[in-house]
Amino acid sequence: MSISLENVTVVSMGASIVTDVSLTIERGSINVLLGPTLAGKTTLMRLMAGLDRPTGGRILVDGQDATGVPVRERSVAMVYQQFMNYPSLTVYENIASPLRVARLKADEIDRRVQRAAAVLGLEPLLGRLPNQLSGGQQQRTAIARAIVKNAELVLFDEPLANLDYKLREELREELPSILREAGSILVYATTEPLEALLLGGLTATLSQGRVVQFGPTPRVYHAPSSIDSARVFSDPPLNEITVIRQNGSLRLGQDLVVPAVGVTAAVPDGVYRVGFRGDLARIGTAWPSSISFSGRVALAEIGGSETFVHVETGLGTFVCVERGVSMRQLGQSVVLHVDADRAFVFDEAGSPVVIAPNA
Amino acid sequence: MEKPLNNRAWLMVAPVLVLVLFSALLPMMTVVNYSVQDSLGQNQFFWNGDAWFRDLLNPSTEIGARFSDALLRNLSFSLVTLALEVPLGIAIALCLPRGGWAVGPLLVIIALPMLIPWNVIGTMWQIFSRADIGLFGAALTGLGLHYNATQNAISAWCTIVVIDVWHWTPLIILLTYAGLRAIPDAYYQAARIDAASRWATFINIELPKLQKVLVIAVLLRFMQTFMIYTEPFVVTGGGPGSATTFLSIDLVKIALGQVDLGPAAAMSLVYNLITLTICWIFFTIMTQLDRRRYA
Amino acid sequence: MSRITLEGIAHSYPRSATMALQPIDHVWEQGRAYALLGPSGCGKTTLLNIISGLISPSQGRVLFDGRDVTQLPTEQRNIAQVFQFPVIYDTMTVAENLAFPLKNRRMERAAIKARVAEIADLLDLTNDLPRRARALTVEAKQKVSLGRGLVRADVAAMLFDEPLTVIDPALKWHLRSKLKAVHRALDLLMIYVTHDQVEALTFADEVVVMKDGRVLQVASPAQLFERPEHTFVGYFIGSPGMNLIAAKISDHVAHVSGHDIELGARYPKIKNGEAVIGFRPDFASLVPEGGIPVQVRRVEDLGRRRLARVALGPHEIFANVPEGVSIGGGQAGLTIQQDRLFVYVNDELVLGDRR
Repeated sequence: MSISLENVTVVSMGASIVTDVSLTIERGSINVLLGPTLAGKTTLMRLMAGLDRPTGGRILVDGQDATGVPVRERSVAMVYQQFMNYPSLTVYENIASPLRVARLKADEIDRRVQRAAAVLGLEPLLGRLPNQLSGGQQQRTAIARAIVKNAELVLFDEPLANLDYKLREELREELPSILREAGSILVYATTEPLEALLLGGLTATLSQGRVVQFGPTPRVYHAPSSIDSARVFSDPPLNEITVIRQNGSLRLGQDLVVPAVGVTAAVPDGVYRVGFRGDLARIGTAWPSSISFSGRVALAEIGGSETFVHVETGLGTFVCVERGVSMRQLGQSVVLHVDADRAFVFDEAGSPVVIAPNA
Repeated sequence: MEKPLNNRAWLMVAPVLVLVLFSALLPMMTVVNYSVQDSLGQNQFFWNGDAWFRDLLNPSTEIGARFSDALLRNLSFSLVTLALEVPLGIAIALCLPRGGWAVGPLLVIIALPMLIPWNVIGTMWQIFSRADIGLFGAALTGLGLHYNATQNAISAWCTIVVIDVWHWTPLIILLTYAGLRAIPDAYYQAARIDAASRWATFINIELPKLQKVLVIAVLLRFMQTFMIYTEPFVVTGGGPGSATTFLSIDLVKIALGQVDLGPAAAMSLVYNLITLTICWIFFTIMTQLDRRRYA
Repeated sequence: MSRITLEGIAHSYPRSATMALQPIDHVWEQGRAYALLGPSGCGKTTLLNIISGLISPSQGRVLFDGRDVTQLPTEQRNIAQVFQFPVIYDTMTVAENLAFPLKNRRMERAAIKARVAEIADLLDLTNDLPRRARALTVEAKQKVSLGRGLVRADVAAMLFDEPLTVIDPALKWHLRSKLKAVHRALDLLMIYVTHDQVEALTFADEVVVMKDGRVLQVASPAQLFERPEHTFVGYFIGSPGMNLIAAKISDHVAHVSGHDIELGARYPKIKNGEAVIGFRPDFASLVPEGGIPVQVRRVEDLGRRRLARVALGPHEIFANVPEGVSIGGGQAGLTIQQDRLFVYVNDELVLGDRR
């Protein structure tokens, strides 16, 4: 089965929520819709499910126009951010509910429910009510209910957003294997680049109602087709500097001039936007080809395995990622080195000029 | 963005539409019909245009004078009762415990007056207020006050006001209590940490958060007091004289007593329009409050 | 005011059989920033409420600078608290909001004005002072809540109950740096409750990790990462958390699934040799050859690093794949940094004799 969105536009209350989106997703694929809040992810998913109609454009299922077909006649399952379970039914009954609606035989229902519960580790909880479960368990129940249907299209709308960060990590680790078993078309919406990377498959980066880039996840990450795509697919946020290349040098900001090295050496003179993710900036040690400038430490966000160090410079605030727990003093003067061999160079319109080959 | 259209849903609403047509719209159209016609008796009607309306709104005509008097009585009644009920209701709601076993029974006891049918209330108080056999009446005359609900205009007014306050303050109490319970604990804790006095807590936290609830409560109560009929009818019959003849009572007198359908119908419509306008004003206030909240 | 002391504090809620909080002794020093970190239900909010005075503990005493305040209500304890959502007085302007606690304490007008201006400057709220508080963004409202606590110069401690919950994730870092700046500027005792390790580790000088009403470890962020004293601490801190594997210890070697892992110290006293060894994925790497043979289940490209899921017998382990190393096929070798390999018995860290 394949679903195609052709030039789909959604306008609501005078504002354009989704603009001219064309996307084709195939059977057996995991597709991630990645973008900030209000980028249009939920809207797109609702269109695919048949919960809403687009203002313009068509939706094709297996080549047939399915734009007006209501959701009840499509084979769809959806998991929401707010773990939605029927509060008066036990976990077993919750998972079984779509099968009961489809009037399957009791032993077939039992077989499928047990299998889904096993995949999600819910077997000891089958007799409980949702309000006796923790948030993570409730969400697992909702996910089990979605996969037990063997629907052709399974949609996840930021399913981990309301969980404690540790639970989020655990489910995030398990989801890829759970989803791969299902064999349907999977569409997963998230704001976290890490989730896209963990799930693999294909990723569509969305920004302000447009699909900026769609392709295999590693390719979208390492070779963004525009600066918008790189911005969406970065956590911490993409660091950017405007540089003017002139006569073998780079002018940064008002008065800083450095030699044009690495990727910037090969481009013709002009104005560019250099973008680099947090792991390509480091404090203290230079890279084989570095663009360097000084600043002060504004904050060290310690995350256990990584620390995001925010450095305030004359060119703006940059975030660099350091491994482990990095104790930096606030206000400490540091020199920031940017890896010029692997940074992205975009022109003023945001199109990539140089995308260095990455691992 | 629309959902896929499913027009079959309209069929389900059809029966209700028919009922509403029958019981509300058709009678209403009849009233409109009467309001633009005059009759010389024997079921013969002729077109009168807007004559009734002009008469009605002109205080120098007889009907106009009656109308404006009754309207004034209604408005002052509403204002007086609201001025009494709202602060009293809020004060009592503030005294109710925030939790625990006592809340349930207390709320039930408080709600009891609202459960009594309106004409029963009227009859109850009619007896209650009699100076000879009624507790209320006897107590007041015993205190030396000249109290006579049927003969003294002020007593009649006070009685009607007291009935209404007794009957409906529970509504304000319940609505306010619900509004208060919706305020998260954190606000009270913050007030304690800020060393705010009880009064300051009320003015700065509780009252602002009760705004919406109070608007609804005042709207409901205003509407009800504006339309009051049963209690004054049963207790005072609209008297003494015309002291407690509210718009509704006057209407019935004209329509059924004098069988002057034209003026009655016109009065009816104007009455309705006034109520709708005031409703609309409240509604606008409510939505403005909403909009401001999210500004 | 130099410290808050908890002596034997324990608490169980009325009509509840379980202890919400097991007995705790702790001293909170002025000028330091602490975080109470743990999953939902671990007792951190209960502990915070005991310190602030909203709850009276079932046992034990709370001392503010040696003075027993256990029975004193909140308003007499000189603390300030910031809640999960902004708590502001809707009808007042920002300036009036900030002045409110001082007005209630009958400070004089000029002094109030000066103090309000000072705190507003510290929090970047100076331009917002004349505006109605309810018209601000959520972040600004939360800053006003914070400001109301800071405006009282005699505040003994500032308590935070998951204050960034409603803040947009993209803006959280801004408020985090403001909190740190405030801490440096005002030298206050600050206690911050959260379930998010990033918030706790970023904010605090010392983190109190809690679970099921017990304090598991109190240490600096670096120590929690490098030397967890409890398996839960190892699991909870770090993304992903520590690998924990059951093993049989004989002296200085751990036997796991038929393989021997060299420990960095001797452990002569372990009963039956049964223990759990723990090591963080950050200190474990895959090598194409050598090391402990493991089966590679999956290598995940996370952009800036690669994480491998491998199996050693029935045990699933996470390890780093260093840059430039390519892992082909299903087998690889696991190397673990010896000084970051710990031994836990009954979930508690056991120290061995380093040779």
